[in-house]
Amino acid sequence: MPILEGQDVTKYFGGLAAVSNVDFHVDQGEIVGLIGPNGAGKTTLFNLISAAFPLSSGEIRFKGQKLNGLKPHQICKMGVSRTFQETKIFANMPVLQNVLVGAFFGSANRVSGADAAREASQALEVVELSAMGATPVKDLTLVNQKRVEVARALATEPELLLLDELMAGLNPTEISEAMELVTRIRDRGITIFMVEHVMKAIMGICGRIMVLHYGEKICEGTPQEIVCNKQVIEIYLGEEADAAS
Amino acid sequence: MDITGFMSGQRKLLIAGSIVLLLVFIATFPLYGGVYNTRVLTSMLMYVVLAVSWAMFSGPTGYMSLAPAAFFGIGIYTMALLQNELPFPVIIAVGGLLAFALALLVGLVTLRLKGIYFAIFTFGLVVFMSEMVYYVEARLGQIRGRDVIPLDAQMLLYTMLGVAVATLLAAYFIRRSRYGLALLSIGANEEAAAHMGVNTTMIKVILFAVSAIFMGAAGVVTAPALMWVDNRIAFSTFYSFLPILMAVFGGMGQLHGPVIGAAVLGYLDKTLRVQLQVYFMLAFGIILVLVILFLPNGIVGLVPMLQERLRRLTARLRKGGEAEPHANT
Amino acid sequence: MIERIPQLITYGILSGGVYGLLAMGLSLQYGVCRVLNITHGEFVMLGAMLTYALTISLEMNPFLAAAITGPLMFGLGFLLQTTLFRSLKARAPSPAAFEGSALLLAFGLLYVIKYLAQMRWGGASLAAYYLTDKVTFLGMTLFLNQIVAFAAAVALGTAVYVFLTRSRLGRAIRATAEDPATAGLMGVNTNMILALSFGLGGLLAGVAGTVVSTKETISSGMGFNTTVIALIVVALGGLGSVPGSFVGGIIIGIVSMLVVGLWEPVLVVPVYYAILMVLLLARPAGILGKK
Repeated sequence: MPILEGQDVTKYFGGLAAVSNVDFHVDQGEIVGLIGPNGAGKTTLFNLISAAFPLSSGEIRFKGQKLNGLKPHQICKMGVSRTFQETKIFANMPVLQNVLVGAFFGSANRVSGADAAREASQALEVVELSAMGATPVKDLTLVNQKRVEVARALATEPELLLLDELMAGLNPTEISEAMELVTRIRDRGITIFMVEHVMKAIMGICGRIMVLHYGEKICEGTPQEIVCNKQVIEIYLGEEADAAS
Repeated sequence: MDITGFMSGQRKLLIAGSIVLLLVFIATFPLYGGVYNTRVLTSMLMYVVLAVSWAMFSGPTGYMSLAPAAFFGIGIYTMALLQNELPFPVIIAVGGLLAFALALLVGLVTLRLKGIYFAIFTFGLVVFMSEMVYYVEARLGQIRGRDVIPLDAQMLLYTMLGVAVATLLAAYFIRRSRYGLALLSIGANEEAAAHMGVNTTMIKVILFAVSAIFMGAAGVVTAPALMWVDNRIAFSTFYSFLPILMAVFGGMGQLHGPVIGAAVLGYLDKTLRVQLQVYFMLAFGIILVLVILFLPNGIVGLVPMLQERLRRLTARLRKGGEAEPHANT
Repeated sequence: MIERIPQLITYGILSGGVYGLLAMGLSLQYGVCRVLNITHGEFVMLGAMLTYALTISLEMNPFLAAAITGPLMFGLGFLLQTTLFRSLKARAPSPAAFEGSALLLAFGLLYVIKYLAQMRWGGASLAAYYLTDKVTFLGMTLFLNQIVAFAAAVALGTAVYVFLTRSRLGRAIRATAEDPATAGLMGVNTNMILALSFGLGGLLAGVAGTVVSTKETISSGMGFNTTVIALIVVALGGLGSVPGSFVGGIIIGIVSMLVVGLWEPVLVVPVYYAILMVLLLARPAGILGKK
């Protein structure tokens, strides 16, 4: 049962197609990975789903409802939330206030102060940051800042969570912890669509993977299928070969 | 900013006590201060209203409105026009409402766009109002300027005190509410705020318009003290510059920052400006420049800043010159 | 009244040249340095007052004076950027926070410059007209200084446009405006570029001030209203577009002449605001500007 689907999704910046005729779908309860070389259009696709900017053409539907023309705050209230590649935290505010913004404004209905506080502390528990509620986010390490972003997104009570390069800049221990976190979130009933470069994470937790290249979807399938796909190997080995030379 | 969201019971009591004392002082002032000084105190309270209401919106969001003078001027002219038609409290409400309406319009046009359009629009708004009023008065009404019947100085003091208290209460409750949180999030990262469900445009527009109400009300209460107003007197860029200076000088981030800034600079303005005129305005301009550059958190930010410097100094001395880990990279 | 329209429109086009020059400088300063320079009008005022001082005391030709006011205002802009705005930028927690505090800083500077000028020259209106000879063209009476002003503005504007599009330095400026980080990585000395751009904006304002002083009364207090007009032209013509600045300037010029001649001089600013409002509601990017 697809919770998110896109048909013929296209986005032009000037004359350049950042995303070109992409069809995709994410089923409820899945963890779907989105990979591809830098500049392939992955974050652009996320920005189209969350309506950071409008589509040039095509359609995106969440739970059957068209997202075209909606604003980001409306999409959030429908049940889609996200994190950002360059962590867009509220730097001078404490951790708890960051998460409270999501708790107060992310749900479709008006939330009472007590409910919001509860949502926020639950979200902080999931990311294991309960002890740091009073710390200003700018004083945290990068890993923890990313966790605050996740908690903030969780506090909006999403059904679908878009994670944009959650693992970037993390060391192997932190990556394993993050992988556990993502699985924990999915086990709470939230569908996950994640952009990632870290192969270990993609292979480890994604049930299905989509590959973008120059804005086009070139294949999708299970991790095993992707790894054996000739085109994908060419793209990535080609990159490695370039890097090695 | 209140990091933990609560203070110790003792501190709360101390602050409440000081506020009560201050209110009593102001309320009894006319009995021993004399008429002239009562007017000075009323002026200081006027600046408190303007500075606090400016900081109410521009402080957390970072959208610097340059238009307080326009909303203040609307209040002045409302009083000049309606002084014989309606009771004083009603005129105050009308002045506030008209200011609200103009701010709503400005907000609806500019706050859904990039912040620069808001700045451009608010900068010239006072000129817009001044010319419009002149046209309506001089060309259509054939008169220039109006007398405003002076009212009792003590009554004006109490009224302005009431407006100031209302402004501070509004600022306090907005700060503590989810809307205060939303405003801060907009100032911190507007795109992220929108993605977390904050209807950024609507919240900006409404809060901006609300802040204008108090500016309009202050204008109504100030008009009787001016005795004669025309479009130039009512719509003067000073009433944009001074409140902003006071709020920044005192400290935009805290509730009491603008109050302190308004009290200190407002007192200096009232007592020294007449004698020193041009030098005075020059000094104010320099103060604003210096505060922006060197004291971005204002006077109230000075104490924490000095504490932080002291802490770092002693830590460095203790560690004997060892490099300190920086939490903020 | 109707017969006056072609003349009014021509007056408007001619005065629009100077407006375009003003907007161009402001646009450059915002586009590159991200500072909405509300002291721009004060630069114009300084250019005008200095020209007045030079023509009255030294009996200098005003257009020669431009060779002095231009570089002087360039220097002032350069200085302000390298000292004040640069250090502000270094301390700002985010680009949005920088724009906000830069605006307030400029507001303070506005009063500093204005009152220094008032201390030096007083607040009275002054006049040092030049080339007031009349010229008849297609049945309309024009003034020589209007035509020269327009020609000077267009010449300078074209020079700047060519500079920005053809020269290496110009391209470095545009690159820095578009993407400062990448430009820096490509070897562009962004600090110098910012200072040069701010200075260039100042130069344009100073020369505009000289030109204005030849045909209008000036005073130490003229800066604010000049800035209001410059801001509106920028908003109309689009931030970052040189041709847009001129189109916007000419439109504003024509509108102002029509309102002054046919309706009511005092309604000029309200009419600008009405136009701006309609435009912002319909097309936020301005006439030719990019979003």
